[in-house]
Amino acid sequence: MLHIVNKSPFESTTLESCLRIATNGQGDVLLLIEDGVYAVTKNSVAGNMLHEAMKDVKVCVLWPDAEARGIQDRVLEGVKMVDYAGFVDLVAESDNVQSWL
Amino acid sequence: MNETTGGVDEGDPGLVKKFMFVNRKAPYGTIYALEGLEVVLISAAFDQDVSMVFMDDGVYQLVKGQHTKAIGMKNFSPTYRALEGYDIEKLYVEQKSMEARGLTEADLLVPVETLSSADMAGLMRSQDVVIDF
Amino acid sequence: MKFGIMINEGPYTHQASDTAYQFVQAAIKKGHEIYRVFFYHDGVNNATRLTEPPQDDRNVVALWSKLAEEHGIDLVVCVAAALRRGINDDNLASGFRISGLGQLVEAGIQADRLVVFGD
Repeated sequence: MLHIVNKSPFESTTLESCLRIATNGQGDVLLLIEDGVYAVTKNSVAGNMLHEAMKDVKVCVLWPDAEARGIQDRVLEGVKMVDYAGFVDLVAESDNVQSWL
Repeated sequence: MNETTGGVDEGDPGLVKKFMFVNRKAPYGTIYALEGLEVVLISAAFDQDVSMVFMDDGVYQLVKGQHTKAIGMKNFSPTYRALEGYDIEKLYVEQKSMEARGLTEADLLVPVETLSSADMAGLMRSQDVVIDF
Repeated sequence: MKFGIMINEGPYTHQASDTAYQFVQAAIKKGHEIYRVFFYHDGVNNATRLTEPPQDDRNVVALWSKLAEEHGIDLVVCVAAALRRGINDDNLASGFRISGLGQLVEAGIQADRLVVFGD
């Protein structure tokens, strides 16, 4: 299952809720988009939470959103960068998709 | 065929998908819960396999004792009790969301099934269409 | 693959419509089919032809109209949500049509994936 989160982890508990579900999974994928991309920041509270979750969940970040926000040089290791074409592929490859609004 | 369903013929047999509507927002402060409920009611006309999930602040949609007169908005909480009449009977709440808010099933307007996060994950994974409101 | 798209926020205030637009463009480029784009909640505001953004900004409404024209994409605005927010046939931008919520459910049934963009 593909999970999409678009909220900053510093403003909303959406990422936490999503991970509560996604980490129970078998090979779930998390894609961070829009303000959700701030979660991949190295050495941040959210980054540490994400690092822990990465044992269970494959984490991807929408690169155009990360670049737009100037965090491209501070991305946690192991996070996969995707562009919009990669976003489309992730949706197509997953059995189902949930946008955590 | 009517205006509400957008002229779509609901009678297409064979295609039954699992629809899950995930309610994660409180009522009144924003319109998502109310308009989300409208989607759920319409989906009933299409004979799909519909489930509703309430987690995070979405559980507040179901609490008893909502009185909206003084805020000048319609109290739509009775609609949740009418869902059964639309054959929408699969209502789930996430245990962690309830506990975090000091709520128990006795605080809710309708009978629900309480699920652990792991069971909720399994249920979500089995769906075809998941829409969050 | 057939994609259904749902957009729940209006243009400019939220990035949802921009992200959805980029997603749809990428999907088309990869040879996928867009079964329908459905506009709900404040997303119906993407369909007003009365917007006039400044010259140096993107025109989100016009981008959708152009995409519909070029690729024959079905842009559907929820009637109940639209009337609530003052969108009707008089101010509807080209390429959009107003219809019922059943169009969303149908997109969920007919498309291989329904992807939701919102707040």
